[in-house]
Amino acid sequence: MSDGPDPVFVARGLTKVYPMGEVVVQALRGVDFDLYPREFVVLLGPSGSGKSTLLNILGGLDVPTAGQVAYRDHDLATADEAALTEYRRSHVGFVFQFYNLIPSLTARENVALVTEIATEPTTPEEALGLVGLSDRLDHFPAQLSGGEQQRVAIARAIAKRPDVLLCDEPTGALDITTGVVVLEAIARVNQELGTATVVITHNAAIAAMADRVVRLADGRVVSVERNQTRVSPRELSW
Amino acid sequence: MVIRPRVSALDRKLLRDLWEMRGQALAIAAVVAAGVTMFVTYQSNFDALERTLAAYYERQRFADVFAAAARAPQRLASRLAAIPGVTVVDTRVVADVTLDVPGLAEPATGRLVSLPPEGASPLNAVLLRRGAWPDPARPDEVVASEVFCEAHGFAPGARVAALINGRRRTLTIVGIGLSPEYVYSVKAGEIFPDNRRYGIFWMNRRALAAAFDMEGGFNDVALKLAPDASADEAIAALDRLLEPYGGRGAYPRALQVSAWTLANELTQLRTFGFITPAIFLSVAAFILNIALTRALSLQRAQIAALKALGYANRAIAWHYVKWALAIAALGALAGIVGGWWLGAQMAALYNEFFRFPTLDYRLSPLVAVGSLAGSLVVAAAGAQAAVRRAVAVPPAEAMRPDSPARYRQSIGERWRVLRRLPHASRMILRNLERQPGRAALSVLGMAFAGAVLVIGLAFIDVMDVLIDEQFMRAMRQDVTLTFARPLSADAVHAVRRLPGVVSVEPMRVVPARLRVFHRHRTLAVTGLVGEPQLNRVVERSGEVLTLPAEGLVLSAMLAERLRVTAGESVRIEVLEGARPSFDVPVAALVDDSLGLQAYMRIDALRRLLREGGTVSAVAVQVEEGRLEQLTLALKQLPAVGGVAIRDAALRSFRQTMAEHLNVMIFFNVFFAGVIAFGVVYNAARVSLSERGRELASLRVLGFTRGEVALILLGELTLLTAVSLPLGVAIGYALGQFIMTIFTNEVYRLPFTVTAPTVAWTWLTVMAATLVSAWAVRRQLDGLDLVAVLKSRE
Repeated sequence: MSDGPDPVFVARGLTKVYPMGEVVVQALRGVDFDLYPREFVVLLGPSGSGKSTLLNILGGLDVPTAGQVAYRDHDLATADEAALTEYRRSHVGFVFQFYNLIPSLTARENVALVTEIATEPTTPEEALGLVGLSDRLDHFPAQLSGGEQQRVAIARAIAKRPDVLLCDEPTGALDITTGVVVLEAIARVNQELGTATVVITHNAAIAAMADRVVRLADGRVVSVERNQTRVSPRELSW
Repeated sequence: MVIRPRVSALDRKLLRDLWEMRGQALAIAAVVAAGVTMFVTYQSNFDALERTLAAYYERQRFADVFAAAARAPQRLASRLAAIPGVTVVDTRVVADVTLDVPGLAEPATGRLVSLPPEGASPLNAVLLRRGAWPDPARPDEVVASEVFCEAHGFAPGARVAALINGRRRTLTIVGIGLSPEYVYSVKAGEIFPDNRRYGIFWMNRRALAAAFDMEGGFNDVALKLAPDASADEAIAALDRLLEPYGGRGAYPRALQVSAWTLANELTQLRTFGFITPAIFLSVAAFILNIALTRALSLQRAQIAALKALGYANRAIAWHYVKWALAIAALGALAGIVGGWWLGAQMAALYNEFFRFPTLDYRLSPLVAVGSLAGSLVVAAAGAQAAVRRAVAVPPAEAMRPDSPARYRQSIGERWRVLRRLPHASRMILRNLERQPGRAALSVLGMAFAGAVLVIGLAFIDVMDVLIDEQFMRAMRQDVTLTFARPLSADAVHAVRRLPGVVSVEPMRVVPARLRVFHRHRTLAVTGLVGEPQLNRVVERSGEVLTLPAEGLVLSAMLAERLRVTAGESVRIEVLEGARPSFDVPVAALVDDSLGLQAYMRIDALRRLLREGGTVSAVAVQVEEGRLEQLTLALKQLPAVGGVAIRDAALRSFRQTMAEHLNVMIFFNVFFAGVIAFGVVYNAARVSLSERGRELASLRVLGFTRGEVALILLGELTLLTAVSLPLGVAIGYALGQFIMTIFTNEVYRLPFTVTAPTVAWTWLTVMAATLVSAWAVRRQLDGLDLVAVLKSRE
């Protein structure tokens, strides 16, 4: 695609089929994808287009039915459970649409879940400071707004100083004002820490803040665009 | 909140999650606690009894071999001492006499045991608890057994009249004592101790010997053996030496009545102490499994998040297994404390039946650690299947909501009639059929609660059957008189002339050794009239036997031990008088409950013995209301060696058993209630959690609280109903099994379950169901409709 540094991810011909209830879902039908260091990519597509499946495979939460995928020199397609766990633990930060915080733990403790098992983590307080939640350290998820919960999730994802940050519809459950705050936090991590970032969304407006926009539909990549300039989240509107 | 750095975030989650499900956690912990309480109670009493006995036997020099004879010269003692392996010989004079105890209408029986003139007995030493030893110069001073004195409120200085060899003498109790020989003191031929009517008295040998013509002789001997000596060889040698002196057959410590009963009690404690806790812990494991399966399905998304964060499956699995371990540990600790306390109460009860100097009761560390470890292992086993299933779900799949539960028409609905069932009933049936395994486990859990109750309550039934068989069907006489020695037929007529006597049946009881090749048992052959109306021979089935004209009738157990059947013959070696021996055919076997019995027609027995109309005992029927008159007369009769009064024995037995059983029953009912509540409450909580949305939707559609509750609680009612008969069946099977363990030569009790037992069992399980239904109903009523509908699983 372009010269320069080696890509973080290289995926070729990814296919994924999985059963759901009594039906079989063909989620990916031959997807090629690359991600470069410090890059901010938005995966755009309607629901059911295969975005989440691709992200899960990149994050080592799932393995493809066919095709190759590698994180630097790690082959993710054939890795076993232990290797994938180790990969997630050392390299990947996840942010989910529904936050997936542990409801019985405070903001600080949710982040501590990660800092306790990572090799060179920040402190939970630093990570929460970076997302602007220094004053909410000891609140339980139920005591936080949606946007705050998502920022705790971002803090939890970046506390391990991951090499890649994978965000699945991070603003999907949020209104525009809170969504912008969350996106600002993600953009800040990308720029200040240089973490390669992939954000999934079905909201085309968000695409403007990316270096590159990859569109998926029906399990296939339909287009790849490169933005000449990145728009700050504050200037987005939807 | 202050962060405590040592507790990891995951452990903090553990604590808060447990707190969140505290109702269920407590219910499960309570079942574990009940099991551990029983384990600790039984096993620590086992330990206490075993330890106490060993120390007591050791310190008071309890003998290894015992034998009685008619009269042996004292010089034989040196020959007994020369038997290989014998280290100590203690010759004694022992005699049973009739007592006239102040405040007791009927005569009692006293066993007089000689105390050596030189002081402490070399064997079976008496432990003086209060008062003093008898003054050698005062022949009527005695040390009396503690249980007898307690039963009558006697202190040193009390007096008791005794008919000693035909002469009435007043004994003065100067001391109160205990002996390892009479830890359990029961009159020969009786089943249960009666401390008011049977006492042991230790008196100066010279005085006792003088009264029974035993000067320069003895009629009882105890031996101590070297640790490596063979008891069998010593017994054989002892029997040979005592033979010319009317030896009654020696027996080892293991067959001594008190020691045998205690050993039996130990076996029962150990058996019960394993079977009941095992039931409780299995039930705990299964409800843990159900509760955890549900909790884990609620935490599906959290498990996925933990995996995404890089937690390994093993770490996540361990986190959830720790839930189970924490609950089990809580239950086990409560159970250890509870068992410690309950065990002490049980030890106090033991003191009613068995009398030791002190019962060394303490919580054995091994029992405590063992029960904790056992609970943890069982909990982990219950949890692991649930945890493994939940953790095995790939993270990406766990991220997606669970696919909708698959329902179908229940089998029942394919029948036309059932198709008209209301919707609520259909929902209940479909839900049960969707998870048949879990429904079956819930039923099984409740059934075990029922089984525990059946086993506990059925022990009353077993006792009732025994009482009915022994006191109502077999021993129908009001009074049994045993003569000090066999008398002529005139004695029967003399008894018939006593006040209040309606009818009399003669009995001839002959001490004998029954032998078939090398197998033998020493017992009494009882001669009865052909068709006894009072002292009858009764089968366990209730059938009354007519004695055949010739030949022996043996207890089935005795025949089994001797390995003979009807038609074969047995050698009878008579152990009194001229000690003749003869071979007698076995005419019939009787399937009875108690002891090793041998019966014959009295005339056939007399022919064998070549005697006329001798009698050694008579069964007496007394006119209503005139028993006291008769017993008063009996107290004065020198020929009477022993008087057994049916009503008194029955009353005493019922009273002791009532005290003992009431405590046992209370705890059985309580613990079974705990199981039933634990199972039902958990099942209901899980159902409520799984179907909260569904039930809330119905409420939104306009269903009333009652209608919604019916769907949830109807399911529980159905499960409970199915569990009731199953519980009785399991209890019956387990009870049968426990009884086969308890069966021994003396007791062959049939396991019996009566209608009241079944009724109480069912009522208790239903009450536990009601309590848990009420607890869940309260939560159901508090259901926040909007919140439940918004929540995403």
